[in-house]
Amino acid sequence: MTTIADPKAPRPPRARPSRLTTRGNTELYGWVFMRASGALLIVLIFGHLFMNLVAGDGISAIDFGFVAGKWASPLWQIWDLLMLWLAMIHGTNGMRTVVNDYASKDGTRLVLKGLLYLAFTVTVVLGTLVIFTFNPCPTDAPLDLLPSFCTA
Amino acid sequence: MSAAPTAPSSPQAKKKAPLGTLYRGREGMWSWVAHRVTGVAIFFFLLVHVLDTSLVRVSPEAYNEVIGTYKNPVMGLGEAGLVAAIVFHAFNGVRIMLVDFWAKGPKYQRVMLWIVIGLFVVTMAGFLPRHLMHVFGGE
Repeated sequence: MTTIADPKAPRPPRARPSRLTTRGNTELYGWVFMRASGALLIVLIFGHLFMNLVAGDGISAIDFGFVAGKWASPLWQIWDLLMLWLAMIHGTNGMRTVVNDYASKDGTRLVLKGLLYLAFTVTVVLGTLVIFTFNPCPTDAPLDLLPSFCTA
Repeated sequence: MSAAPTAPSSPQAKKKAPLGTLYRGREGMWSWVAHRVTGVAIFFFLLVHVLDTSLVRVSPEAYNEVIGTYKNPVMGLGEAGLVAAIVFHAFNGVRIMLVDFWAKGPKYQRVMLWIVIGLFVVTMAGFLPRHLMHVFGGE
């Protein structure tokens, strides 16, 4: 006679996952952040795409003068800064999830996430520096490439 | 949606995803796959996009030359694909938030995917002609 497990029996404690990459509530905060930043990014990125690809002459109007004209306004500086940081954290956290899902070897995961965090740091630092140190009127550049408010 | 009730013993019933799972099979799973694929694609573009924009710090000539490559037709089609990926990711992101935070979200998740696809088509129908005109010189 074969016996089957009593379906009403208390479930044996689930084996702890052999690898935990985060502790405590970190994953919960990440989950909440993905939704909160996602909602903001919809506004920021749709506004960005409209201004740069739809309004005016779209992509054919984008050049140094166009960027300089936008960053002359603090609104677009803050807009782009916020977009940079939120999109990079949102994207990096998404990529972290993908790496955790598919890279099953410890070494592979370590390398991929190391590269990911390196790319995150370089991109965010570079982008932030560019927004804050941007000079719309470099003195050695031909005047016709510069925005109209640069008068020699 | 008013699906015809199927008898529990019918062959169709076996193929149905187990009750209570949203991410296994059909709309729930494929929207998850598409969300992931578009997300990864957008992330890699974002890295490149910050680099090319950073050229404004090098010189106006350097920036204009590189941004000029974004204006050729092949890249123009790539941008159309990028915008398509972003629009889907954005609208499906709203659907995910509704599934997670709205009490009736899980019940309507399939209908909501078709709404996402409908809004996607409408948005792209508004964007594509204008963008392609800019790229291919319709003016």
